[in-house]
Amino acid sequence: MSMLLAAVEPTRLIHLSPVDLAIIVFYFALVLAIGWYLKGRANTGEDFFMAGREMTAWIAGLSFLSANLGSLELMGWAGAAYQYGILAAHWYWIGAIPAMLFLALVMMPFYYISKTHSVPGYLKLRFGEASRALSSISFALMTVLMSGINMYSMALVLKIILGWDIHFSIWVSSITVAIYVSLGGLRSAIFNEVLQFILIWAGALLIPILGLIEAGGWHELQAKIAVNASSEYTHLWSTLGHFSDNPMGIHWTGIVFGLGAIISFGYWTTDFLVVQRVLAAKDLRAAKMAPIIGAGFKMFVPFIVILPGLLAIALLPMKLTGEAQAVATGGHSYNEVLPLMLARYCGPGLLGLGITALIAGFMSGMAGNVSAFTTVWTYDIYRALIKRDASDAHYVSMGRWSTIVGVVISIGTAYLVMDFKSIMDYVQALFSFFIAPLFGTVILGMLWKRATAAGGFWGLLAGTLSSIGMWAAVKLDPDALRYVALSSHARDMAENMYRALWSWIVCVIVTVAVSLLTKPKTDAALEGLVYGVTAIPKEDDVAVWQRPWFWAVVVTAGFVVVNVVFW
Amino acid sequence: MHSEGSISIWFFIGVSLLVNGLLIFAAGLYELAHPPETPVVLFHLHASIWWGAILAVIGAAYSIRYNPAKARG
Repeated sequence: MSMLLAAVEPTRLIHLSPVDLAIIVFYFALVLAIGWYLKGRANTGEDFFMAGREMTAWIAGLSFLSANLGSLELMGWAGAAYQYGILAAHWYWIGAIPAMLFLALVMMPFYYISKTHSVPGYLKLRFGEASRALSSISFALMTVLMSGINMYSMALVLKIILGWDIHFSIWVSSITVAIYVSLGGLRSAIFNEVLQFILIWAGALLIPILGLIEAGGWHELQAKIAVNASSEYTHLWSTLGHFSDNPMGIHWTGIVFGLGAIISFGYWTTDFLVVQRVLAAKDLRAAKMAPIIGAGFKMFVPFIVILPGLLAIALLPMKLTGEAQAVATGGHSYNEVLPLMLARYCGPGLLGLGITALIAGFMSGMAGNVSAFTTVWTYDIYRALIKRDASDAHYVSMGRWSTIVGVVISIGTAYLVMDFKSIMDYVQALFSFFIAPLFGTVILGMLWKRATAAGGFWGLLAGTLSSIGMWAAVKLDPDALRYVALSSHARDMAENMYRALWSWIVCVIVTVAVSLLTKPKTDAALEGLVYGVTAIPKEDDVAVWQRPWFWAVVVTAGFVVVNVVFW
Repeated sequence: MHSEGSISIWFFIGVSLLVNGLLIFAAGLYELAHPPETPVVLFHLHASIWWGAILAVIGAAYSIRYNPAKARG
């Protein structure tokens, strides 16, 4: 506690009381205790890397969602809601729900029945070693780099909000994650992610409740936003007819085809960071139910992320600005929406829980990155390319060490970003290059048995290179935006949507073309990997309300309702 | 998740909510007795008291329901 107090500087947005600090310290103690308790249950590779494949649908589903619910995600999208209005909710609804349901009902059987331990592992089974090497090396590298960037961004936020020293925040949070993941493996990461998920809701839920009370209800809130900003800020679809009609500078085709069909499917169905949680489910039905449970909760996340941003437009006395302007003028930036709203309503105790929610969000995201990195490094790079025939104990030991090394590389990246801030943009762009083409490769691999190893590899490579090419073209000549994003009015987000869409199409075209020119595998070799030659277990023996498709229909109905209500 | 001889994650969550709920509840009562000079917005609703109580009750229910001693018995 004294160390914590010593790290506090005088300039800060929020002042914590002793009870707030007690709540934060208790949280750190609890996550370490969970890691310590679980260390005896991570002795085999299956235990350490796959959590023994014994998670219930609820645990896997909440963990699946929590690994994505990082604090930067929370604060960033709350800021985006302040900036762009309710359009930001697209990233939680059409940008997530259909993809999560698709993962559950269509793709999960192949991931689960193939008994793969990772997404690159599936590519090895389906397309061979070259595709696995390409995807695993890029994934491992990007994961630790992204983790470092998130770490730096979070430390910066804690400095702005609480006045905490950046070095202190980086080292305390990353060492804590390294300890509990290296001790208990994926099981420890999952346990803590579920705890963190609950704490995020417990800490953040009061903001929209009290905010709506203060605003006088939803309709009053809409009226205030129309006065302070524009009535466009509370409409989800009706302003997307033209790029210049909405604050995000985006067209509905970009949202539907770029975000809804490609980016979200790429992220939610092939990013191993989230898929790993579902692979740890105890059986196929639990593995199918987990993303559906995640989707159900995902639908409500805008309540604690987007709504606070909208409330801030209506209720905060000051105008928030971009980061650079905020620094220059001494004001507050969009990204400070959640802490500002927290400080507005939360007294001692509640403030500590709210800050704990932000720290928990950061740590769950980091633990997700680190545990996914550890599995891909150990199984798909080290065992596949460096040391093939070691004992199970050797790989578990490698998993523990690679957890620590992954955290150290992340810390190194955080310090690199501190000195060279432009690295952040480059690494984030780099990460986006791989997602859309990988979805093209995996989905063709699962649904089209004619796809060949050469087709899979060259399609993945061509899709990735085309994405890099489009990004570089716009960097070198901003006028190229009119071709990549179909309009010179398009902004960054719209450019990302369309780049993903084109790179996915390139991947699919090249995969199909090369596959048709090369020799396919036999049906027997594709059993358990591809639709049409895989026996998928029936669910006739369980009641209708226990079947995944039933709950998928329920979630779909909710998805339709929220989109119509906020049209 | 709760296999034989192990502590359920829901027990840890229960303990966390219980401890946090009690701390927030107590802080709310203290603020009620000693109102701050610069209160938060909607201070009169005393969110700390009822939110702390809700968390503590849910936490207590989970701590009892998933108590490892009870599960072994």
